[in-house]
Amino acid sequence: MSIWEYANPVKFMQTSGRLLPWVVGATVLTLVPGLVWGFFFTPVAAEFGATVKVIYVHVPAATFAINIWVMMLVASLIWLIRRHHVSALAARAAAPIGMVMTLIALVTGALWGQPMWGTWWEWDPRLTSFLILFLFYLGYMALWEAIDTPDTAADLTGVLCLVGSVFAVLSRYAAIFWNQGLHQGATLSLDKEEHIADVYWQPLVLSIVGFGFLFVTLLLLRTRTEIRARRIKALEQRERMA
Amino acid sequence: MMPEFGKYAVTILASWGVTLVLLAGLIAATLIRGARVKRALKAQEERMKNDG
Repeated sequence: MSIWEYANPVKFMQTSGRLLPWVVGATVLTLVPGLVWGFFFTPVAAEFGATVKVIYVHVPAATFAINIWVMMLVASLIWLIRRHHVSALAARAAAPIGMVMTLIALVTGALWGQPMWGTWWEWDPRLTSFLILFLFYLGYMALWEAIDTPDTAADLTGVLCLVGSVFAVLSRYAAIFWNQGLHQGATLSLDKEEHIADVYWQPLVLSIVGFGFLFVTLLLLRTRTEIRARRIKALEQRERMA
Repeated sequence: MMPEFGKYAVTILASWGVTLVLLAGLIAATLIRGARVKRALKAQEERMKNDG
C-alpha cells in the first residue's frame, strides 16, 4: 500500500475518522498530566525563581510554532510537486494552529522577559524572527482567504510557505547564528552541560508531547473540515452548471 | 494546593491564562466551524438528491 493513497480525500476521511478518538485520548493523557505536573509539582529554580513554570507553556508553543511551519512546508511541496489536494488543505488547516502557537510563544516570552530581562520586548534575533514568522502565518491565512480559485490559492500560498521557511529556520537557530541578543540557547539539548535538570525536563517533555498530540488532533479535525468545505464548493459549482 | 509564586505570580498566572484562553479559543473555533461545515455539506447533498 502506498502512502499516496491517503491523498485521496475519501481514504483520508475514513482513516482520520478511525484515528481521531485515539489521538484525542493521547492528547488528554499527555497534555493534562504534563501541564499539571509542570504547574503544581516542580520546584522553584535557583536561576529563574518561580518563573520556571512559564517554560511548560512557552517552550512547547515555540517548538510547535516552528515545526508546524515545517509541516506546512512539506505539505506545500507535496502539493506543488504532486498536486495532491489533501496536502494543500492540510497546510491550510495547520496555519491557524501555528499562528496561535506563535502568538502564545510571543506573549508568554514577553511576560517572562519583563521580570527576567527588565523589558517586554527587545529586537533580539530570535524574538524578531519569531515576530516575522507570526506575520508570515497571518499573511499565509489572508492569502488563502483572498483568492477564490482553490488551486491558485494553494499554488500561491505554497510559494509563500517556501519563503517563510527561511524565518522558521531563523527562529530556531537565530540564537546560534548571531550568538547575541537576550534570548538564551536551547532549553532542551543533548549536551549535558546545557540541558535543564531532570526535575524540570521530564514534565517539559510530557507537555511537548501533549502539545504535539493536540496539534495532530486539531490538524485532523481542521483538514476534515477543509475537505468538506471543498466538496461543498464543488457541489455548488456542479449545481450551477446543471 | 496552589503553589507559592511570590513576586512572580502575575507573570506566571498571566502566561498560563493567556495560553489556556488561546488554546480553548482555537479548539472551540475548530469544533464550531467543523460542525457548521458538516451541516452545510449534509444540507447541500440532501438538496441535490431531492432535485435529482
